[in-house]
Amino acid sequence: MSFLDASGMTGGYGAADILHGCTLKVEKGQIAVIVGPNGAGKSTAMKAVFGMLRLRGGHVKLDGEDITALSPQERVAKGMGFVPQTHNVFPSMSVEENLEIGAFLRRDDFRPTIDMVYDLFPILRQKRRQPAGELSGGQRQQVAVGRALMTQPKLLMLDEPTAGVSPIVMDELFDRIIEVARTGISILMVEQNARQALEIADMGYVLVQGANRYTDTGAALMADPDVRRTFLGG
Amino acid sequence: MDILNALVALLNFVIIPASSYGAQLALGALGVTLIYGILRFSNFAHGDTMAFGTGVTILGTWGLQAMGVSIAPLPTALLALPFGIAVTALLVLGTDRAVYRFYRKKKSDPVILVMVSVGVMFIMNGITRFVIGVDEIQFDDGERFLISAKAFKEATGLAEGLSLRSTQVITVVTAVLVVWALFWFLNSTRTGKSMRAFSDNEDLALLSGINPERVVAVTWIIAAGLATIAGTLYGLDKSFKAFNYFQLLLPIFAAAIVGGLGNPLGAIAGGFIIAFSEVSVTYAFKKVAGYLGPEGWQPDSMLQLLGTEYKFAVSFAILIIVLLFKPTGLFKGKSV
Repeated sequence: MSFLDASGMTGGYGAADILHGCTLKVEKGQIAVIVGPNGAGKSTAMKAVFGMLRLRGGHVKLDGEDITALSPQERVAKGMGFVPQTHNVFPSMSVEENLEIGAFLRRDDFRPTIDMVYDLFPILRQKRRQPAGELSGGQRQQVAVGRALMTQPKLLMLDEPTAGVSPIVMDELFDRIIEVARTGISILMVEQNARQALEIADMGYVLVQGANRYTDTGAALMADPDVRRTFLGG
Repeated sequence: MDILNALVALLNFVIIPASSYGAQLALGALGVTLIYGILRFSNFAHGDTMAFGTGVTILGTWGLQAMGVSIAPLPTALLALPFGIAVTALLVLGTDRAVYRFYRKKKSDPVILVMVSVGVMFIMNGITRFVIGVDEIQFDDGERFLISAKAFKEATGLAEGLSLRSTQVITVVTAVLVVWALFWFLNSTRTGKSMRAFSDNEDLALLSGINPERVVAVTWIIAAGLATIAGTLYGLDKSFKAFNYFQLLLPIFAAAIVGGLGNPLGAIAGGFIIAFSEVSVTYAFKKVAGYLGPEGWQPDSMLQLLGTEYKFAVSFAILIIVLLFKPTGLFKGKSV
């Protein structure tokens, strides 16, 4: 039984379905990556897992519990953390306040979690009094991931965390994501940079037109000549 | 050359009145800017919320006076303020429940909410006139002057008198206290931070588990408090007349926009910018120039840029200049 089991998801925003029986599974402490061409429904699939999309078919189970009917907020309380692709920080608030708001639902002492985030992203400790909107793109992504970690999620979902950052920053972000996974948090990630993302992925899902085309371990997908030719540019 | 008398005249006719007027505008603009930041529309009913709050405070004042309660030398109205704020908060919360929430749930465009607030404005205006009447009401029963012009002349021997009314001092002191409390609330409390987060990024705030209805309710209560305090201070300083508060709407909006809508610090700066511009553009500088010029010389003209009847033109002009050249305001705000 996978930790996250989203099976047969069918649905869309309006009358037409975008997802057609899409299935995503993530094991505990592993990294799953969704790749695919533009318009394949990658972000939509992730939004469906997070409850931002009404499903017409399929179910979403977290740790064995069926959460298909829950709202995104309720899923956060159940242990999901979501980092949107854009507008994922509170720009006029300081880095530390961003983290505090991330812990809004928590009533216990969240100081240790803030320290943990600072240990993971040391640059944030330096910039903790600075408004998040004044940080560089890569640093802002770190704030966004840190904010999502504040609820101590068991599943962290990242929608294109490396969009718009330089290759060096991208490598660093991937390193950090691996570190997060090592602490036992499962990670589900949508990525444009398919090659680099599959390199760190335990599991890779190639989506085409809202359905699973290839599903295998990251390494196997990288080795598959069909996948290489069609989606990884040779 | 008589710098001392010139300075006293300037202080007496420009700086002191503009400071207290600026403080009143700043408090009003803070309410407008908070509503804009959280509910994302320009609340045209804010002026009449001020009028209603002041009206209720006046009723409370009369009640206290009838019971013989007095906090002399301070005006009794200060004691009635909490009552006025509470009733006004109930009214705006009721309005939100009955009117604004419907459009919020429908996710209506801001411009629709603005039009809705115009409707609310007319109704509130009617309620206020119905409750307290349309006449001019003086309700300042405290000590009138801290420094009277006559006493100042006798004490200093200067030809120019300086009068400092107690309401002017009360206005500025109250405004400072209220602003300090508001900023402390927004920056240091959990609820205050959740309001700032909601204003910054609504979707992310929802994801973080912030309850939007609670944020909205707290915002209305604070806005009602700010409106009632600003309106009462204005009424103490000048006098109460329901229609005057409707006219205050323009300088208040100008202040909020000049400072940058949604930015509390900008609202305060904007309030003083508008007040000082308005007072100094409509003040006749003849006397000040006379003191500064050579002995016995007086300028031929009044040295008054605009008649006081045109004071609203000043707000309008500043508003248009800012919208043309810096639509987000002097401080970092949202564009209109």
